[in-house]
Amino acid sequence: MAATAAVTERTSEPPKLRIIPRVREIVACREILANLVRKELKVKYTASVLGAVWSLLNPVVFLAVFTFVTVVLGNNIPSFPVFLLSGLLAWNLFSVALGLGARSVVDNANLVKKVSFPREILPLSTVGVSLVDFALQSSVLLLFMLVTGFGFRASSLLLYPLAFVDLVVFTVAMVLWISALNVRYRDIQHLTGLALLVWFWLTPIVYPGALVQAKLTSFHGFDAWNVFLLNPLADIVFGFQRALYATVSPNGRAVLPPVSTAWLAGLLLAVLCASLLLLSLTWRLFFRMSGDFAEEL
Amino acid sequence: MPAAIEVESISKVFKLFREKPSSLKARLISSRSRAEDFWALKDVSFDVREGESLGLIGHNGSGKTTLLKVIAGIVRPTSGVVRYRGRIAALLELGAGFHPELTGRENVYLNASFLGLSRKDTDRVYGSIVGFAELEDFMDNQVKFYSSGMLVRLGFAVAVHVDPDILLIDEVLAVGDESFQAKCLGKIRGFQKEGRTIVLVTHALDTVRQVCDRAVMLDRGELHAEGAPIDVVRELRYALLRRDPGFVPEEGTKEVELSSVELIREDGSVERPVRVGEDLTIQLDARANRPVTDLVASFQVLDSANFPVADGREPIGAIEGKKRVRFALRHIPLVPGHYFVTVGLASGESGRVYHVQTQRYWFEVVDEEGRHEAVELSVDASVEDL
Repeated sequence: MAATAAVTERTSEPPKLRIIPRVREIVACREILANLVRKELKVKYTASVLGAVWSLLNPVVFLAVFTFVTVVLGNNIPSFPVFLLSGLLAWNLFSVALGLGARSVVDNANLVKKVSFPREILPLSTVGVSLVDFALQSSVLLLFMLVTGFGFRASSLLLYPLAFVDLVVFTVAMVLWISALNVRYRDIQHLTGLALLVWFWLTPIVYPGALVQAKLTSFHGFDAWNVFLLNPLADIVFGFQRALYATVSPNGRAVLPPVSTAWLAGLLLAVLCASLLLLSLTWRLFFRMSGDFAEEL
Repeated sequence: MPAAIEVESISKVFKLFREKPSSLKARLISSRSRAEDFWALKDVSFDVREGESLGLIGHNGSGKTTLLKVIAGIVRPTSGVVRYRGRIAALLELGAGFHPELTGRENVYLNASFLGLSRKDTDRVYGSIVGFAELEDFMDNQVKFYSSGMLVRLGFAVAVHVDPDILLIDEVLAVGDESFQAKCLGKIRGFQKEGRTIVLVTHALDTVRQVCDRAVMLDRGELHAEGAPIDVVRELRYALLRRDPGFVPEEGTKEVELSSVELIREDGSVERPVRVGEDLTIQLDARANRPVTDLVASFQVLDSANFPVADGREPIGAIEGKKRVRFALRHIPLVPGHYFVTVGLASGESGRVYHVQTQRYWFEVVDEEGRHEAVELSVDASVEDL
């Protein structure tokens, strides 16, 4: 029986990450991942009467409030709810995954000490949870856009999948890094909360990107706009806004940065490359550190 | 036959921090020199053959669990290699990943996936798991409403339905009531019949003798003995005696003390092995530190797997100075092996324990002819017409 079975070796060598076999290992354990995501969602919503409706309610209330604000108080940005949510939902995916993910290994110390499985599954499961939330909330937004007659523009909608892939890859890369570091230094989870707060305001979600571009292009004679674009979340949010909100300057108001779709696609591709590079670094780090998780916890 | 598991000079060093720096500040302030090395495993090597059941025994802190974790891939060895063939499942904890908010059914699927069962596998054995745990009526309740006994049964039920080539079990057999334990043991025997390899860590030495083909004893992280379970279990007891005779549990108020205990053979020797059929005298000297009126002396003989094979008690009554009690065991009918003797002095009225020495003494029974019965029973046969 086992004579032909694969031989597995455990040595003192710090493991070297070989991506393809590792991906295969994680795929083999996809049941654990699926079950952990299911568990998180169940735990989040059991004993609440409305269950997953809470997840939907969040963007619904946002839409209602901002529609009300726009209608009653007036706003510089036409269709502000769509503008806001197209960026905010992407941000939520990132920040929820990172906030939960920072603690994912530490909170599951018991599992890490007693069960052998690819540790990546723990941070990945938090990304899974935030993806489910993202899907639910996005469906509310899309429905809103259809019902209110805001509609879609096919040419810019093509940016959506690219922006989405960017977002997921970058999020996974960050979550792997943060969750591994948090095992050694518990400060990281507190730091993450603060960093996310600052990061949110560095990202053009509630304010229009065009405004930033106008202010920063010649910032004391220095082109700070390009520096601003180094924030991958800003680029990704631009992508989502361009894909959904689509109109660059509705009614002559500057909302989205006036760049061509092709240029934005190029930017997103660059972000994708950078994110993949970051992923390979943080994954390696996570993998190297994960061998000692059981001892450090 | 090829080895299912090869453990090759495995060592494991843990860094012991007096207080582990787990924040940046602490890490910056404290130097790494404050960490002390602790050798949990030192150059341990052995093989486990395919289809074999190996018992891993040792005192607390001898490195058994660490070794199991190294084999399972939960901790990395400091040096050495472990090689194994096939799929491994490690039962280091029952119900790993159980979440109180989930129902019994959901937890079964979650826990099963950690043990390497796919959803489809779990679907197939689900009924059997529930039946084994005897929880048919509770599977849709959240496990936070389960009693601890129910949780343990459910955890074990999932664990015994795993389907690996190699099974690592850490001390999880000792759960539930007697009938459930018997069921678990039956399941283990089933695994053995299916030709699976088992490594079992346990303190229940009789389990090792009943279940395992071979045993390995670890002592302070080093391989101390390896061989037939009965020999290794015996070695564990000797190690206990050698290390610190005072360690052997002694209890009692010492109002009356055991001043001397001897196991005397027929010829007066107190050393040589006892032959089957010989007499053996257990001689206790009691010294009263305070006069008592209701002294009772007792003894118990246990075999190396901890089963009692003989006992007796004798009322002494009042004692003021010293008294000697002899228990003569006539024509010892025991099979060859090692036997351990517990002796005690207590109050006959109140049951108050004056002095007990638990398995402090031992003797060996030998027999030239080979013999296989567990006990020597005299049998009368008769035939009648019906």
